[in-house]
Amino acid sequence: MTHIPHNRWRPATTEPALVRWALIVLCLAMLAILLVAPLMVVFDEALRRGWAFALASLSEPDAQAAIRLTLLVAALTVPLNAVFGIAAAWAVTKFDWRGKAWVITLIDLPFSISPVVAGLLFVLMFGANSALGAWLVAQGFPIVFAVPGIVLATLFITFPFVARELIPVMLEQGRAEEEAALTLGASGWRTFLTVTLPNIRWALLYGVLLCNARAMGEFGAVAVVSGKIRGQTTTMPLMIEMFYNEYLSVAAFTMAGVLALLAFVTLTLKTALEWRYADQLAASHRH
Amino acid sequence: MPLTATRGFAMIHTVFVSSHVQAQGPLIERLPDGRLLIEAGGRRVAGHPPARPGPQTSGWKGIIAAALLGLSALGGGASQLRADTLLNVSYDPTREFYREYNGWFARWWQAQGNPAATIQTSHGGSGAQARAVIDGLAAQVVTLALASDIDQIAARTDLIPEDWQSRLPHNSSPYTSTIVFLVREGNPKGITDWDDLIAEGVQVITPNPKTSGGARWNYLAAWGYADRNGLDPKDFVGALYRNVPVLDTGARGSTTTFAQRGLGDVLLAWENEAYLALAELGDDQFDIVVPSISVLAEPPVALVEGRLTDANRPLATAYLEQLYSPEAQAMALRHYYRAWDISAAAAEDVARFPELERLPIADFGGWARVQPEHFGDGGIFDQIYQGQ
Repeated sequence: MTHIPHNRWRPATTEPALVRWALIVLCLAMLAILLVAPLMVVFDEALRRGWAFALASLSEPDAQAAIRLTLLVAALTVPLNAVFGIAAAWAVTKFDWRGKAWVITLIDLPFSISPVVAGLLFVLMFGANSALGAWLVAQGFPIVFAVPGIVLATLFITFPFVARELIPVMLEQGRAEEEAALTLGASGWRTFLTVTLPNIRWALLYGVLLCNARAMGEFGAVAVVSGKIRGQTTTMPLMIEMFYNEYLSVAAFTMAGVLALLAFVTLTLKTALEWRYADQLAASHRH
Repeated sequence: MPLTATRGFAMIHTVFVSSHVQAQGPLIERLPDGRLLIEAGGRRVAGHPPARPGPQTSGWKGIIAAALLGLSALGGGASQLRADTLLNVSYDPTREFYREYNGWFARWWQAQGNPAATIQTSHGGSGAQARAVIDGLAAQVVTLALASDIDQIAARTDLIPEDWQSRLPHNSSPYTSTIVFLVREGNPKGITDWDDLIAEGVQVITPNPKTSGGARWNYLAAWGYADRNGLDPKDFVGALYRNVPVLDTGARGSTTTFAQRGLGDVLLAWENEAYLALAELGDDQFDIVVPSISVLAEPPVALVEGRLTDANRPLATAYLEQLYSPEAQAMALRHYYRAWDISAAAAEDVARFPELERLPIADFGGWARVQPEHFGDGGIFDQIYQGQ
């Protein structure tokens, strides 16, 4: 039997210290270069002429209208997509039916379609050159180049987020608990509320947060259907581009900073909830 | 009040001399009592301008109307039906000018005894903006980079009559511009005229003529230069576009590419855009080079007749007519446009513009011919660009 020097001994599942450090440094360097540095630049540009100037650029009516519109769009699309997502995931995982695979593929469609195509799709469907669009415009309720079009485009783009988070979790958990509840006489609704929902709540929360982040940040599809009317159909990402093009860098980067902060808020919320409910989270195998 | 009539063009005004007698003619003076003095049939006639209808609601009707308006505004819906809202769909480089003009016009409109008006604007590449109006963007007024974009709207919809360009003075162009070069400080590549742009190693920044009105003028100016100097225009313009590393969709995108992202040696720019870049980004970074020959760019304006109601027609009409007023013309000059009426303008805003030969679009055969021949699907630009 050969002698293994004590200081050379390490568990078989771990790497040499050099490799571990190299990996950690590489990871941190990538984070710093790709994430932290650009964010710092955004805030640095925003505050180039001081806090007062940055805040004043946000109090402009167009800027406020953009913030209001973005919050309105998120407030409408996130709950709707949460409901759609749960319904889709429920249908796909709790029942067997023909064409299920197709539906799962369809749910993924907005991920694989370019946002520009998504936007044009709505312009073609509801634009003044389609029969439906012309009728809607005549009724004084235009869809494209107005707020409803922006909401629809955002709904389309963010549709998969909740469903894609829920489907793997619900598949993994199977149907045994729901079946038990049903045999004990619980109604379908009660089963959903007391058995399914508690099981999926972390995945649901995660999906909702992702959906919210994308709903507020979507640019491509919204740019196509917006019509870019200042103060009316301009969301925050569109406003950022406009300010930048108008040589108003401080206003552009302040708005970008606010959008980044909104993302931080959602992330912080998620992390805080994870800490608070770490034990339950571990029990449901989901981050 | 300066006389518009003496500046070589005249707006036709209608006045009511009494409740039944109307007269029409060029405006001579606005009298302090609100009446207009016009010239009609060789005589000077004073009368009141036509009354502009405003919302006359009160009591429950007013409250219900206001509630309905509020509801439709919430839904983003029928706000274009409101008499006091106007949407001007314009092109990229007019942002600064129309921001100032909108403020001035809204005050002027109210001073005429009208209810307060909200003027909204939308800016983008001229061709893309025309496309949006065709697709249903609810503009009452379009102020685009070139006549062919408004022609497109007239041809593809029944929103604008075919003869729109003859309805306002100067081919419906309240201001004109031209195309100049913006180069880096000190002109390191020694660019003085169009033929320097096809030299090896010179990077030219210009937007896509398919989507940008300014880019079409850039293209035509280069074409005109080659034509005048005995070169083959198609080869010359082809060589120029071989030096273009990136085609943005609009003029402002190209300016940003050149000025803020630092790409390229020379930007083919609207004259007003070049001066604005100097003013905004510092004249110690860039120089303007005026070529030997350029184009007479006439960015026209038009009413979108199909989107006008009896209620908002006076507002939209006045919005375009007032672009020709001495105040607005002075504003256009201040924003580096070559306007017609210099009576109210500051001397330095007028003296700024160098003299150069400007080729009108008619020299190229008019937009009706140029547009399909050069920029249509499979046109000369496509042949040049795809051949690369």
